Amino acid sequence: MNSFDLRRRLTNTLMTTLMVGAALAVITPLGIIFVHILKMGAGSLSWDFFTQIPKPTGESGGGMANGLAGSALMIGLASGFGLPVGILGAVYLNEFGSTRFATAIRFSADVLAGIPSIITGMVAYTLLVVPMKGFSALAGAVALALIMIPIVLRTTEEQLKMVPGTLREASLALGVPLWRTSLKVTLVSARSGIITGVLLSIARIAGETAPLLFTALGNQFWSKKMTEPMAAIPLQIFNFAISPYDDWHKLAWAGALVLVVIMFTLNLTARYFGSSRHQG
Amino acid sequence: MNPKLKLEQLNIHFGSSHAVKDVSLEFPANTVTAIIGPSGCGKSTVLRSINRMHDLTPSARVTGRVLLDDADIYDRKVDPVAVRRRIGMVFQKANPFPAMSIYDNVISGYKLNGRVNKSTMDEIVESSLKRVALWDEVKDRLKSSAMALSGGQQQRLCIARTVAVQPEVILMDEPCSALDPIATLKIEELIDELKEQYTVVIVTHNMQQAARVSDFTAFLYLGELIEFDVTKKIFTNPAQTRTEDYITGRFG
Amino acid sequence: MSDRVSVAMTDRRVIKGDTIFKGIILALASSIILILLIMIFEMVKESLPAIQKFGGRFLIGREWDAVQGEFGALDFLYGSVLSSLLAILLATPLSVGAALFITDIAPRKVGNFIAPVVELLAAIPSVIYGLWGVLVMAPWLQQSIQPWLVEHLGFLPFFQGAPYGVSMMAAVFILMIMIIPIITSITKEVLLAVPVSQKEAAYALGATRWEMVRLSLIPYARSGVLGAVILGLGRAIGETMAVTMVIGNTPQISLSLLAPGYTMPSVIANEFAETTSKLHASALMEVGLILLVVTLIINVMARLLIWSVTRGDTGARA
Repeated sequence: MNSFDLRRRLTNTLMTTLMVGAALAVITPLGIIFVHILKMGAGSLSWDFFTQIPKPTGESGGGMANGLAGSALMIGLASGFGLPVGILGAVYLNEFGSTRFATAIRFSADVLAGIPSIITGMVAYTLLVVPMKGFSALAGAVALALIMIPIVLRTTEEQLKMVPGTLREASLALGVPLWRTSLKVTLVSARSGIITGVLLSIARIAGETAPLLFTALGNQFWSKKMTEPMAAIPLQIFNFAISPYDDWHKLAWAGALVLVVIMFTLNLTARYFGSSRHQG
Repeated sequence: MNPKLKLEQLNIHFGSSHAVKDVSLEFPANTVTAIIGPSGCGKSTVLRSINRMHDLTPSARVTGRVLLDDADIYDRKVDPVAVRRRIGMVFQKANPFPAMSIYDNVISGYKLNGRVNKSTMDEIVESSLKRVALWDEVKDRLKSSAMALSGGQQQRLCIARTVAVQPEVILMDEPCSALDPIATLKIEELIDELKEQYTVVIVTHNMQQAARVSDFTAFLYLGELIEFDVTKKIFTNPAQTRTEDYITGRFG
Repeated sequence: MSDRVSVAMTDRRVIKGDTIFKGIILALASSIILILLIMIFEMVKESLPAIQKFGGRFLIGREWDAVQGEFGALDFLYGSVLSSLLAILLATPLSVGAALFITDIAPRKVGNFIAPVVELLAAIPSVIYGLWGVLVMAPWLQQSIQPWLVEHLGFLPFFQGAPYGVSMMAAVFILMIMIIPIITSITKEVLLAVPVSQKEAAYALGATRWEMVRLSLIPYARSGVLGAVILGLGRAIGETMAVTMVIGNTPQISLSLLAPGYTMPSVIANEFAETTSKLHASALMEVGLILLVVTLIINVMARLLIWSVTRGDTGARA
């Protein structure tokens, strides 16, 4: 073997080792974080977490029941605003998608998806909090909906595109109007893929904190109305994590574990729907 | 005899390409007309213009007239959806709705339009499936998926789905091209029965099939109608040399 | 004929249904453009008082004094740019290496396991990274890494001062950890889009694996990977919660990575809910506007690059 070949082989071995090393360097910290969340979260989680609201500083115990309820309410309302826009907007792109206007919509959606969520929060603040003279869960839900729309739009469009054109034709040739064909044939055929996109978008907004800072604001107590400040799990994790109290840190870890479990459940369910797509 | 369906100087453009040029044809009621020609000659394009399927392609432009019972289906006042209820279509590849059962597929034209009445539905499903000679094969598994059927059965199911909405004209776009000879034979027998009640237009690249099933044959070449006559005449004594060249296999 | 009811072809009801439907979905789809325009408009409108008052001074000024009504954002710009650039510098080689490992080195089973795990980690909310950063990583940096750096590399300007834990360094590390999954998964997609024939061509010439990567994969995937990196940069610049929790929130310009800093999203997160004056709110809006403009530019660039690579396989339905 000549020295040229030897050098080539050594370079190859070296670079391969570096790539393996990079993979390890990527996986390790992520693994450590995951283990910490599991360990610290499991150690702090109790029944109280799901039933109690936070205790005042200095008292131990308490939970994040109000945050869980607040998150659920705001996600629900955000989905109510965001899903119709995202899904039916995608139907438009799928049916009339070859125009310049449609390209502009796709481009806007991609740009929207890249805007930092804290800016979405600022805009929701000026459009809703200022005129309504107060922080509110409603403003929080709108901010979350704005984040959700571009995600749902693009994933739904991808799924609709995969529905064979022959099915639309079959329906139209039966004398079914376009709108019924779109809703009952195209959308229904793509439903499992659309569910995937919806679940992923819900997972995304469930963990959003920044857009809620100046909209829902957070609340130490139960909130009764959507027009009042409301607690949310990510907000509570943030506030408790930067507090100096050990008890609150524990609650934050428990909240993180619950959030991660919700997140992974949504993601894995989404993957399940995504993979069963081809079985119709 | 007044034709059921009539094309008058039909021209179809896709963007800048002129796919169908000045085609005029008449289809008498209760007959089968075959449109033949080499691939790319515009035969499917003509067929799809008869129930306004080109409306869905933004770049397509159809001019001329298509008369159904002397009414122009391209008239501005005419609703393409209503046209398609009177002129059904069967496609090249069987396309049953995958998420629906056999039963739901047959009745889908009604269900998708929101008109449902259980006992009428049962009747329509049974008579439509009997019409396409599929009833005995599937009557015990009406609720199972349509995708479990064989290719030929799926195509007959699609025909049942089309006859279920009681059209007057049935367009068939190479309905047997994906089927084996036995399944093809069954569809051909079916076409012969369908003409008792419907006016059938079939596009095919298979000349033997055209000779077997049709009463009239139109030969299209490069978007132009070369010859239209009684099928027997076209295949035994064509007037045009290009027709003769094509049916004797000298080109295409 | 039979008992069939002949449908009049001029039945207007159906046309109406389709027209209404088309109107509704058109309105909903258009609202997306409208949302984007409204967001930009609102940010500009609300920033105007600060823009008119400070002009270009806003970008180079270092005074941030809500009481005196004097606002300059240079310290936040510096913090944002430095933390994002360093994070991307560290994350890029690791991510590309990991992506190559997944696509071309790892046994298929290992790759099929790691890839979804990495994608799952991209879904963890940033507040949780922040929680881990402030309660676990920062104390660890303070007790082990930073003292060692001061002792051995303290002569460099980058490692001077007392180890606080919460610092520019902590922000860089947490950002790096957060954007690695993003860059890795996009890079993986881009690498998988390289035609097998390209790889085979290199191997057929007797290339080693690394030579195949260098000859076939890298040239083919280069612009896509660059797009992924720029997209990661956009995420890093806009990242709010995790950075706010670990960077120390002190407006200053220091070469030392051990010193605390402040970023544009962090100052908004900390101050916007409790502004003291209209001008203060407007100044924060202008910080947001700068952030918006920067991320818009970054995203448009990244989209164009990624589109240019993957356009081939995401063509419209025939």
